[in-house]
Amino acid sequence: MIRYIIRRILAGILVLLAASFLTFFIFQLGPKFAHVSPALYYVGKIPPDQATLKLIEHRYGFDLPVWKQYLNWLHGIAFGRTLTDGTNVVHCSAPCLGYSFRQNLPVTHLIMQALPVEISLAVGAAFLWLVGGVLVGSISALKRGSLFDRGAMTMALAAVSLPIFFTGPILLLIFKYKLKWLPNTNFATLTSDPAQWFRSLILPWCALAFIYAALYARLTRANMLETMSEDYIRTARAKGLARRRVVIRHGLRAAITPIVTIFGLDIGQLIGNAVITETVFNLHGLGLISVQAINSQDLPVNLGVTIVATFAVVAANLLVDIAYGVVDPRVSYS
Amino acid sequence: MTAQPLNVQLGQPKTDAFLSVRDLRVHFPTGDGLVKSVDGLSFDVDRGEILGIVGESGSGKSVTSQAILGLHKGSRARITGEIWLDGTELVGASEDDMRSLRGDKMAMIFQDPLSSMHPFYRVGDQITEAYRVHNDVSKAAAKKRAIEMLDRVGIPNPEKRFSDYPHQFSGGMRQRAMIAMALVCDPKLLIADEPTTALDVTVQAQILDLMKDLQKEFNSAIILITHDLGVVAETCDNVVVMYGGQCVETGSVDEIFYQPEMPYAWGLLGSMPRLDRQRQERLQPIAGQPPSLIRVPKGCVFNPRCRFQDKVAEGLCVTEHPDLLPTGTSPTHSVRCHINPDERRRIWADEIKPGL
Repeated sequence: MIRYIIRRILAGILVLLAASFLTFFIFQLGPKFAHVSPALYYVGKIPPDQATLKLIEHRYGFDLPVWKQYLNWLHGIAFGRTLTDGTNVVHCSAPCLGYSFRQNLPVTHLIMQALPVEISLAVGAAFLWLVGGVLVGSISALKRGSLFDRGAMTMALAAVSLPIFFTGPILLLIFKYKLKWLPNTNFATLTSDPAQWFRSLILPWCALAFIYAALYARLTRANMLETMSEDYIRTARAKGLARRRVVIRHGLRAAITPIVTIFGLDIGQLIGNAVITETVFNLHGLGLISVQAINSQDLPVNLGVTIVATFAVVAANLLVDIAYGVVDPRVSYS
Repeated sequence: MTAQPLNVQLGQPKTDAFLSVRDLRVHFPTGDGLVKSVDGLSFDVDRGEILGIVGESGSGKSVTSQAILGLHKGSRARITGEIWLDGTELVGASEDDMRSLRGDKMAMIFQDPLSSMHPFYRVGDQITEAYRVHNDVSKAAAKKRAIEMLDRVGIPNPEKRFSDYPHQFSGGMRQRAMIAMALVCDPKLLIADEPTTALDVTVQAQILDLMKDLQKEFNSAIILITHDLGVVAETCDNVVVMYGGQCVETGSVDEIFYQPEMPYAWGLLGSMPRLDRQRQERLQPIAGQPPSLIRVPKGCVFNPRCRFQDKVAEGLCVTEHPDLLPTGTSPTHSVRCHINPDERRRIWADEIKPGL
């Protein structure tokens, strides 16, 4: 088990290195194809003279070969970097994911600001959709063909078909502007103001969870229907167990196992990918800062967000595989 | 241990048998029509007796056993008739009453022990769970009992094996564990639904021996459902031969094996491989297909496959449904066939028996 985890962590680090190198390399291609100095992207609208550009290029190391720049970037993650052209000195302490010249801030700082928003959004929505989806899906399966089942499955179909940029504004319209229940939806961290944290996130949670809950409800329903017709369910009934125990301990226990896998992967992918939700609700999470970075060609920020998102996916995969060994005793790591 | 006379006719008073099934019908409404899985089945089983129910796939064997356990409750199945277990009627009983009987007074062993055990729980915990449903005891006491049962059914090193998962057991051990689970509450009625079908032959014999031993020890009534006539010959006291959801012949093991009177029973015996006789060219399968349970053949259910219809006058076989009638030679032996009893015995002695 320990050996397996170590092996998987090493493999994960390799994936991160490959992803970061690819991203790093791709970001070099834009300026190259446009035949402009990368430094041009960092200086604002009015281009400076050639001598200044050269200085900037030197300061950020654009005059070095790509692989060397990449190694410098990696070195910065481990030990921090000092960027200097002789007169201006910028220090970026470890872990330095790069420096945003647009915002004149270290990328790590920007990401650390966005991360609480991102994690609050992802975890809260994930909790809602997991509980809601599994609950609705289970009841639907147990009352197959009932009014509840048909209603819930119709809702689920509607939910997966409605994009967040449709449901989000409607939620805002109703709860913020019409009913005025949530007049102030500015984000506050959980530690600074828990009530405001909750108020700022409840609508985005619902909007995001709605779509996923629909998928999970359909999945749970299908799994549950399959499980409830298994032989071991008949055995459980033949033992004289109460229906509740048969359904929950024997049926649901087996039916949610594959959902564990998908849940882990979905959360992993959500980090850095909840762009639309963040935009609609003006939440400054990773998705929104990466969109802003793309628009302003702020390449270091993009690189940083990409790495963090990759890390989330790799970590989620590892956690899912470990969790699977815990929930399914038939899985062995050897 | 003596077999009670089987009181199989409709309208007769209930016997004092431990389990008495009377005119049981289990019908499933489906989109294609009403599936008559079991249609008018009656039989009795006493404590200490092993009753074999034989028949091909789809003849209603398993549906019958699940009806006795009340496992159809909550499904769309329509069940009529009576099932008396030790003085309690089960067809009309509530799900709660059935639940308290299930696993306690009557228990069941299923065909495929791998799929019949929950893959995510330890074998021991599954047995413990079965015990604690019906016995208000501590976890430790239940565990002690489960280990005792695992030991009793011949699982080596039961304390250690208690904590294994089903996939860590071999096929035979899993079936032993299933038997331990079924017997943990000392059921008075044990239904074994093809308990040896998924096992190889040597393990089959061990499991059957184990069941016979346990039956002697606990003096329970056993219903053994199988399509393996060899298993029936070795194990059972009495036999019900089912075809198309009905009992077509019933009697003691000797009667069914040495004086069968129904053409279907002849066909079953003819299609059974035997090592104690001269090897034949090939086995003689029963021609045709099992009947549709939605459009049950008019007249005798077996008529589309029966080679002996010319022995019956006026095409009675396709017009009139034969009753299950005593053969007259023995109080335990009844047959559902229009052929004249003397003629049946002559056909068996002259045409069928020499060919087996």
